[in-house]
Amino acid sequence: MSIILNIGMNHQTAPIELRECLASDPMTTKKALATMRDTEEIKEAMFLSTCNRVEALVVAEHMDRAWEIVVNLMGNLGNMGDRSFTDHLYRHEGLQAVRHVFRVASSLDSMVVGEPQILGQIKAAYLEATKEKTSGVIINRLMHRAFHVAKRVRTETGISEAAVSISYAAVELAKKIFHELEGKKALLIGAGEMAELAARHFMANGIRSMAVANRTLERAVEVAQEFGATAVSLQEIPYQLLDVDIVLSSTASSEVVITRDMVKACLRKRRNRPLFFIDIAVPRDIDPRVNELNNVFLFDIDDLKGITESNLEQRRKEAGKAERIVEEEVIKFDRWLKTLAVVPTIVSLREKAEAIIRGELERSSGVLASLSPRQKEAVEILSRSIAEKIINDPILFLKGKADRPTLPTYLDITRKLFNLDENVEKE
Amino acid sequence: MVSSFFYLALVLYLIATGGFVVFIIRQEKWVFRISLWFLIAAFAFHTLFLGIRAYGLGTIPVLDLKSAFSFFSWSVVLIYLIFYRKFRLMVLGAFVAPVATLLMVVSSTMRWPETAIGPAFKSAWLVVHIITIFLGDALFAITFIAAVVYLVQERQIKTKRLGSIYRRLPSLATLDSINHYSLIYGFPLLTIGMITGSIYAQLNLGTYWQWDPKEVWSLITWLFYAALLHERLTVGWRGRRAAIMSIICFAVLLFTFIGAGLWMGGYHSFGNLGLRKAL
Repeated sequence: MSIILNIGMNHQTAPIELRECLASDPMTTKKALATMRDTEEIKEAMFLSTCNRVEALVVAEHMDRAWEIVVNLMGNLGNMGDRSFTDHLYRHEGLQAVRHVFRVASSLDSMVVGEPQILGQIKAAYLEATKEKTSGVIINRLMHRAFHVAKRVRTETGISEAAVSISYAAVELAKKIFHELEGKKALLIGAGEMAELAARHFMANGIRSMAVANRTLERAVEVAQEFGATAVSLQEIPYQLLDVDIVLSSTASSEVVITRDMVKACLRKRRNRPLFFIDIAVPRDIDPRVNELNNVFLFDIDDLKGITESNLEQRRKEAGKAERIVEEEVIKFDRWLKTLAVVPTIVSLREKAEAIIRGELERSSGVLASLSPRQKEAVEILSRSIAEKIINDPILFLKGKADRPTLPTYLDITRKLFNLDENVEKE
Repeated sequence: MVSSFFYLALVLYLIATGGFVVFIIRQEKWVFRISLWFLIAAFAFHTLFLGIRAYGLGTIPVLDLKSAFSFFSWSVVLIYLIFYRKFRLMVLGAFVAPVATLLMVVSSTMRWPETAIGPAFKSAWLVVHIITIFLGDALFAITFIAAVVYLVQERQIKTKRLGSIYRRLPSLATLDSINHYSLIYGFPLLTIGMITGSIYAQLNLGTYWQWDPKEVWSLITWLFYAALLHERLTVGWRGRRAAIMSIICFAVLLFTFIGAGLWMGGYHSFGNLGLRKAL
């Protein structure tokens, strides 16, 4: 009987230096898959390598031998001569491995719980495995279930709903104020790394037009070019305020750059169109009293941090719900795994045939009513022996493959051909 | 038979309301879809009920307070369904459905009036008067709801306390444009309603205007909304101020509809319409 085994390290078990060893070479995955494909012991394999995790998922007969093989493989790939790195590895077997895969795919095992990138990375790793032909019946099924679980977790819980980075939080707030950002104009004052990151997020979310203001015009021109924006000087800010909608500020200035009066003066000319200020600078660039004005919204760095922190808190709560979904799916997967043996498949085949016979006799009961009991019995025996003849060869074939490593594939095909998983699939 | 459509509609409204409340708590789209269908079904039966009543009476069936509540409920749902097509605002349903249901419940507690009515009520002017006034009022009712939601949402953003309801509410821009659109469509309806009403009064009572309490309060309501419209279009009011003003306007409107209609007497009040003292 083959077993699923998962070996790897993540941000919790291994320091970055160690993960780097394995993740630095983009060809690592390909090499790992090729090695595992050529190893007799390992029947199916997949290899996932991201900046926060490196892990191998294999299906093998003997767990300990598979462990040796994978550990050696990792040691070779990372040029790690001594085996001390094994202290940083985790090892999950059977259903525990299934659970682990589901949790990783649903981003429950991520550094930032709920971050969406991991699913894409797993999909890529799986694609690689299918290309290298290292995945088989079990991994295929496991991966498809994992994608399904990830989708359920995403739609049924609020785990990836709330923004946990400051730029995302700012974009979300802007959407809550303006509904959509298409056609809105932004002004970037000063040029800190964080402000530029936020500006990039705004551009990605529909902002098309941007102006960049800076103390030195050269720097403004430089940043403006990067964004395809126009450069303006600090003195022009009051005029800019007449037609921009979003202001991102992060100057090194020790004094307030935008005063309450400056904003108040422009409101009427703007016909009260909402203005959204994001002040990432410390000390602050924008007079906090600006927030008291109607249709003006000001968020400083602490406000944004407050939001992301409470969102993180919410994610942790939602994670509980997600764990329950994972458990449910692990149970379903276990049920399917158990059907991957000869006897249950033969039983289901017989049951299916019996159900069809009963169903058809039922349907024809009107026509059969006129027959004598003896004739009826003859019809039943006839239909039963036809059905048995039809399934006899597949059953003999499966029994003949019982000890072969290719068995799961044939069982899987049988179950698909005869549609035996109707009940297992239902959800 | 006719009244069974009324109660069927009422039951369906109640179910829809329950569904919308569940939707706002659980945030599952299918709950919303089912509730919306219940609301549409309720609306269909309600329309059927009003149609049969109108056919039986030979005029628009809004001559007593019971029918007025029911017709107002119908108008609010109609306007919501139209708004839903435009803005796809699911959350608003959770506020509109209870209001419509409440109006229906109030209506259901009242007695059925006797059915015979005088020929004076069978006038096209009266029909236009009532339909435009009620649709206008329904638009303002939705403006009012949107304004309240706007203020809640704006307060949460300003104070940076984004509560659990925050994620469920529509954006400020959307709420403000509901305010804008319902004002732009509601105000002309209100105006047409008042003009046709006064023409109808001239034809039946011989005078356009007779300082009846409801007439006076309607004019006051109209002036309030005119002021809001003016501020919005020429001065550029929006957001918080416009929301507060439309809440005040709606309070005046409610007083005109219920207060002036019930307690202040006059030929226009529903009590007197039912007894047909005036005509």
